[in-house]
Amino acid sequence: MLSIKNLHAVVEGKEILKGINLEIKPGEIHAIMGPNGSGKSTLANVLAGHEKYEVTEGEITFMGENLLDQAAEDRARNGLFLSFQYPIEIPGVSMVNFLKTAVNEHRKHKGLDPLTASQFLKLMEEKKKVVEISSQLTNRSVNEGFSGGEKKRNEIFQMAMLEPRLSILDETDSGLDIDALRVVANGVNALKRDDNATIVVTHYQRLLDYIIPDHVHVMYNGKIVKSAGKELAYELEEKGYDWIKKELGE
Amino acid sequence: MLETVNYTATEELTDLFYQNIEMYREGCPDFMNNPRGKAIGIFKRRGIPSRKNEDYKYTDLRPVFQNDFSVIPRYVEQNVDLHEVFNCDVPQLNTHLILLINGWYYGRNRKMGNFPEGVICSSLQHAANEHPELVEKYYNQLAGQSEDPMSNLNTALAKDGLFFYVPDNVTIEAPVQVINLMNAKDHTFAIQRNLFVAGKNSEVKIVFCDHTLNQQYYILNNLSECFVNDDARFGFFSVQNQHNGAVNNTHFYAKLGNHAKLDTNVITLNGGIVRNNLQVKLAGEHAHANVNGLILADEKQHVDNATSIDHMMPNCTSSQLYKNILDDQSSGAFSGKIHVFRDAQKTEAFQQNNNVLLTETAEMNTKPQLIIDADDVRCSHGATVGRIDEDALFYLRARGIGEKEARLMIMFAFAEEVLSQIGVPVLRERMEELVDRRLRGELGPCQNCSLSHKK
Ligand SMILES: Nc1ncnc2c1ncn2[C@@H]1O[C@H](COP(=O)(O)OP(=O)(O)OP(=O)(O)O)[C@@H](O)[C@H]1O
Ligand SMILES: [Mg+2]
Repeated sequence: MLSIKNLHAVVEGKEILKGINLEIKPGEIHAIMGPNGSGKSTLANVLAGHEKYEVTEGEITFMGENLLDQAAEDRARNGLFLSFQYPIEIPGVSMVNFLKTAVNEHRKHKGLDPLTASQFLKLMEEKKKVVEISSQLTNRSVNEGFSGGEKKRNEIFQMAMLEPRLSILDETDSGLDIDALRVVANGVNALKRDDNATIVVTHYQRLLDYIIPDHVHVMYNGKIVKSAGKELAYELEEKGYDWIKKELGE
Repeated sequence: MLETVNYTATEELTDLFYQNIEMYREGCPDFMNNPRGKAIGIFKRRGIPSRKNEDYKYTDLRPVFQNDFSVIPRYVEQNVDLHEVFNCDVPQLNTHLILLINGWYYGRNRKMGNFPEGVICSSLQHAANEHPELVEKYYNQLAGQSEDPMSNLNTALAKDGLFFYVPDNVTIEAPVQVINLMNAKDHTFAIQRNLFVAGKNSEVKIVFCDHTLNQQYYILNNLSECFVNDDARFGFFSVQNQHNGAVNNTHFYAKLGNHAKLDTNVITLNGGIVRNNLQVKLAGEHAHANVNGLILADEKQHVDNATSIDHMMPNCTSSQLYKNILDDQSSGAFSGKIHVFRDAQKTEAFQQNNNVLLTETAEMNTKPQLIIDADDVRCSHGATVGRIDEDALFYLRARGIGEKEARLMIMFAFAEEVLSQIGVPVLRERMEELVDRRLRGELGPCQNCSLSHKK
């Protein structure tokens, strides 16, 4: 589904990603962990197509196509979804208008007719239940005045609405209270299918108790320096990152 | 034609007045004619404003008058029925539709039978002769205090425009739509003079639509005086949609009594050079003025809004929100003055000016000015000039919304803050539609007029 080979990326003249390799198959869940500033969000943004990040080397294929050729909106329409670490507030753009436009763009891409207003509202009601998001939030402008946790929940709500093939959840767990964490994780699991995949970026093994990864990768200084099964998450939780740095001879 | 006087140089405007003084006086009562001399004197002394004039720092009007143009000191009957040829983009608000042509009240305006009793809606010149006591009481009471040369030029040359009077305790529910058309065979300098009087505890909402029907070079100097008496509510919504070679110079003066409420909203969609002067005097206690503007400019358009709010009495509130979205090489300016007089305790005055530049070449100048002579007041002002938020744009695109549509959504959201201030739902919806079409580039200045030439 996703294949990243020797990916290098630069932001504002500084190389952040220094040769990433990653293979993701349908049905898999991958966790990416790693210290602050190691480049996890950069990778997520590069995948989503943020123009601020310049890819200087390497290639990415997604669903059999060259991802790097595609504009951000085309990547999304092809089924890539990024749950942002810091979702932005967009005052004046209503959630309903925003989601309706997004859903219908996806449908157009698939050759489907746009949803009518009532069909759309029905879909929205259905998906709201998945993440237990309240109408008080969905009646507002995009993320405007949402608490940190509400923003994260809203990201998963959007994911539920758009039903992506590959979801990248960038620290969706941080800022969530214990109940919200469970709701969001259950939401992600409910949306899980054999033909979609998830990348979970997190600092805490706690989330991985709910969303059980097939692979855990450690990112350090712009590279994936270690990959293993879910037991790696426990090891990191226990020992931190120092032992990995030692292994690397630092 | 006898009534059309051709001339060229800017300096000749004064001569034009003196040479044709009888024509200007003709048909007008003394209270319109008497102020002309003083007004032309001020105009002559101060001259057509250039950037040297502090109040016109961002708009040089001198080049505007360097082209040839005519003035029309008499009403000229149109050879077509304007009702037939013109469809405004803000149509069907209701039956109250009033046309003015080149500054003159249109002679074939259809009868409006359904205004409440006592309401007067007519040509200013006609009203000045028919209801001299009523008109004289208000005419030039606000403009007459101004030193602005262009405002004084209007007073010197004023012959007609709209007079609208609402008696005490009368409410006109549906908005009254006034369409100011420019349609002439030659380049034309038009003077329009309006007077609005809202009696005590009355209510009316006026919608002004400025249009050009063909591509002649037009300069419109349009002055309105507006008296909102005690407890009255007055709404003034102006949609400026002239062609991009036209010059629109407006002056809006309002005076509010106790507990009076004024809402103004100017929306500039098209036009070459636009300069709007707005002056509000809060002259009664507990009066409130809500003054807003939204400007969408592109190509080489230049739009300058200058506001001045005088808090003369205690316990008044004012709120201003002006927003510009500037594309291509367009330029915008906003200068907003708030003056709190010594006795105007418990004043609350807010002013905000936010601007988005869509290109490197667009330009915005903003200049707030606060003069506060009372001590117990709450005042604030703020101004921002920025670009489209790239992160917001990315967020929308990352959800599959195309770049163009995403930009439009963000721009519309920016504009919506002003549009949401329009308290009349049907009007607000129409404005939202217009702004959306304008942002999409689907609205030309003469979209719906069959007389219009190709842009
Ligand atoms: N727009 C930018 N301009 C300059 N530096 C940037 C920019 N974006 C990221 N960086 C730098 O790139 C490095 C990696 O940042 P990134 O956000 O990818 O880290 P992260 O692994 O997601 O960290 P965290 O765990 O704190 O979220 C950091 O040193 C950061 O300062
Ligand atoms: Mg991060």
